[in-house]
Amino acid sequence: MHELGGAEAAHTAGGPETARLGIWLFLATEVLLFGGLFTAYTVFRMQDPALFHAGSLKLNRMLGAANTVVLICSSLTVALGLAAIREGKIRMLKVFLGLTLLLGAGFLGIKAIEYSEHFARREFPGTDLFFSLYFVMTALHAFHIAAGLAVFSGLLWLAAKGKFDAGYHTPVEVAGLYWHFVDVVWIYLFPLLYLIG
Amino acid sequence: MADGISGASGTGRGYLAETGLRSWAFSLDHKRIGVMYLYTTMFFFLVGGLFAELLRLKLMTPGPGFVSDKTYNVFFTLHGALMIFLFIIPAIPSALGNFFIPMMVGAHDVAFPRLNLAGYWIFLAGIVVVIASLVRPMDTGWTFYTPYSAKSGAAVTLLSFGLFLVGMSSILTGLNFIITIHTQRAPGMTWSRMPLFIWGMYATSVIQVLATPVIGMTFILLAAERLFGVGFFDPAKGGDPLLFQHFFWFYSHPVVYVMILPAMGIISEIIPVFSRKPIFGYKAIAYSSMAIALAGFLVWGHHMFVSGMSSVAAVIFSLLTFSVAVPTGVKVFNWIATLYRGSISFESPMLYALMFIFLFIIGGLTGPFLGSLGTNVQLHDTYFVVAHFHYTMMGGTVMGWLAGLHYWFPKMTGRMLSEKLARRAAVLILIGFNVTFFTMFILGYKGMPRRWAEYPVQYQTMHIIATVGSWVLAAGIIVMVWNFTRSLYRGEAAPGNPWGALTLEWQTASPPPVENFEVIPTVTEWPYSFGRKGAGDA
Ligand code: HEM
Ligand SMILES: [Cu+2]
Repeated sequence: MHELGGAEAAHTAGGPETARLGIWLFLATEVLLFGGLFTAYTVFRMQDPALFHAGSLKLNRMLGAANTVVLICSSLTVALGLAAIREGKIRMLKVFLGLTLLLGAGFLGIKAIEYSEHFARREFPGTDLFFSLYFVMTALHAFHIAAGLAVFSGLLWLAAKGKFDAGYHTPVEVAGLYWHFVDVVWIYLFPLLYLIG
Repeated sequence: MADGISGASGTGRGYLAETGLRSWAFSLDHKRIGVMYLYTTMFFFLVGGLFAELLRLKLMTPGPGFVSDKTYNVFFTLHGALMIFLFIIPAIPSALGNFFIPMMVGAHDVAFPRLNLAGYWIFLAGIVVVIASLVRPMDTGWTFYTPYSAKSGAAVTLLSFGLFLVGMSSILTGLNFIITIHTQRAPGMTWSRMPLFIWGMYATSVIQVLATPVIGMTFILLAAERLFGVGFFDPAKGGDPLLFQHFFWFYSHPVVYVMILPAMGIISEIIPVFSRKPIFGYKAIAYSSMAIALAGFLVWGHHMFVSGMSSVAAVIFSLLTFSVAVPTGVKVFNWIATLYRGSISFESPMLYALMFIFLFIIGGLTGPFLGSLGTNVQLHDTYFVVAHFHYTMMGGTVMGWLAGLHYWFPKMTGRMLSEKLARRAAVLILIGFNVTFFTMFILGYKGMPRRWAEYPVQYQTMHIIATVGSWVLAAGIIVMVWNFTRSLYRGEAAPGNPWGALTLEWQTASPPPVENFEVIPTVTEWPYSFGRKGAGDA
């Protein structure tokens, strides 16, 4: 595909340090992406606290809390996977990647149950500002989870092909940082939407 | 700077040696990716220009003329949106930046070549979606203000998605540049020895990375508004249309610096080379780029003085707006000081650079009229605004872009341009430009509102003058395009360093080899010490 022969090394970035800088900068852009929504939340909540109070009470706190636990566990499995491959334990990496995939899928499953509950009660995006924000924010977050699942599937495939070892595992590290970020966003969303009522 | 192989001549084909579609479409070479961006953006410059000519033709007559008012709305929206999102924002960063940042910092490539290629494909995908949205063409203007954009029958949702992709590509490119500048510099290239184009691009990339996500979110919300009626911008549902304007301008004001800072970087390269003098006030130019980038985030509200925001906020935004003029003034002063007593040679890159300074000063000086609260109310949404932004965007950025194209053409293609044709084009463009757009200042001052398809007959003479000017301008552009095309095949072979410049991209063959340099150069000096070689840094 590329015709660079011996200089190939120069074309796979400048090593883990460069990749780490890159992902941190990318996460900064993600903060700003979600920042717009958090701004909208603040503005509208100040304008109509009662509506937000009432809306918050209609969310299913049990499912929300369950999802928080699921997501924190998945952050843990990612971290354990990284620790494993740092010591060259490729089998353990595969196990933990698999667990992460399961937990992430679990999160999306629970979210789907919540959504269907809302739809059954005729609560939609557009019902009122609270539900509009709730749906847009959680949907965008869920989209990030789904993207993360795609990434981890890719990593699992690469791990199965034996691409990683103690010396080279930058992609695992970078994906891990992304996942922790998505986790942290949820840690903000959960109290903001579910608990402040 | 490094004494390279400045005599090397452009007989070889360098990075252009391989041919065929695949060798381009899947190339990880930053130079090829830059060239692909160049062709793409240039194409949209010409299409956008075509719409401009149609607009001008329509405005020759005060009445309905040859298009309906609705079609006129479509024309100015397409003209504006294509020019802004598909031409001027990506033109210098993605095309020239991609080609020259790695070369000028003395690297083999950008930090993330695969991401770079992905960025181009995302850009192209965005363009395809934008084109698909033309089934029901846009009529909202390039600013997409709600509530109209939430209700318009045009394919706004699709277009938002397309522009979201274009924005994503822009973020990836900016991110890649920042990391490249941080991690891939050649040995010896300290921050204070970086070429000023690199400083300009660094500041630009910071804005791209920090502002673009916000417009991305705005597009998501606009799409949600249309698809689900979420009501964020709809007062009937407790939302606020001003929120949209705040989001929009939080991105779109800083983005005017994404348009202008790279052009300023190009001018800062060309002026010292063609006056054979060290640039005056290197540090001031470098830091003012960063200052502009940061201050640019604080002034978005000056687009909204008459939108119903609080008057305290308006006064604050007005004051902050003036503060941006300071670092801009610093730059202009430093360029002029560099020219002063230089041994100036008027080759085509320099001609365009001088045109940049001249036109940008006019554009810049008319800015404060709009930044001041009182005059803004009189001039808001008149042709004065149209004249102002064309002087800065076209007189500024486009001239800087053209200066860069003429300057780097030998490096990119291994061929020289025809100086004679370049001069003729420059003269036509200069005359046509001023006839077209200076007239608009007068129109605006007399009260002609912008975005009107039909107008009172007293304005007609002025409109006719502007339209004739736009034909001269178009003639200049055609001569220039002809010059590029002809020289690409028949221009004489370019030496490695035709202008005797000291930055690293000239210290290798024209066109450059695939990996830019046979051996990565070691930098021992800053790149502007003309006439005092070995004199050390500034
Ligand atoms: C051949 C040169 C050009 C001519 C004759 C021209 C002419 C015009 C005219 C007549 C309008 C409509 C004004 C109105 O009704 O409000 C307009 C709008 C605009 N032009 Fe140009 N233009 C040219 C080049 C450019 C370039 C190079 C850019 C930017 C890179 C640009 C950006 C814009 C924008 C952003 C608008 C506002 C569109 C809107 O209101 O939504 N133009 N131009
Ligand atoms: Cu502005």
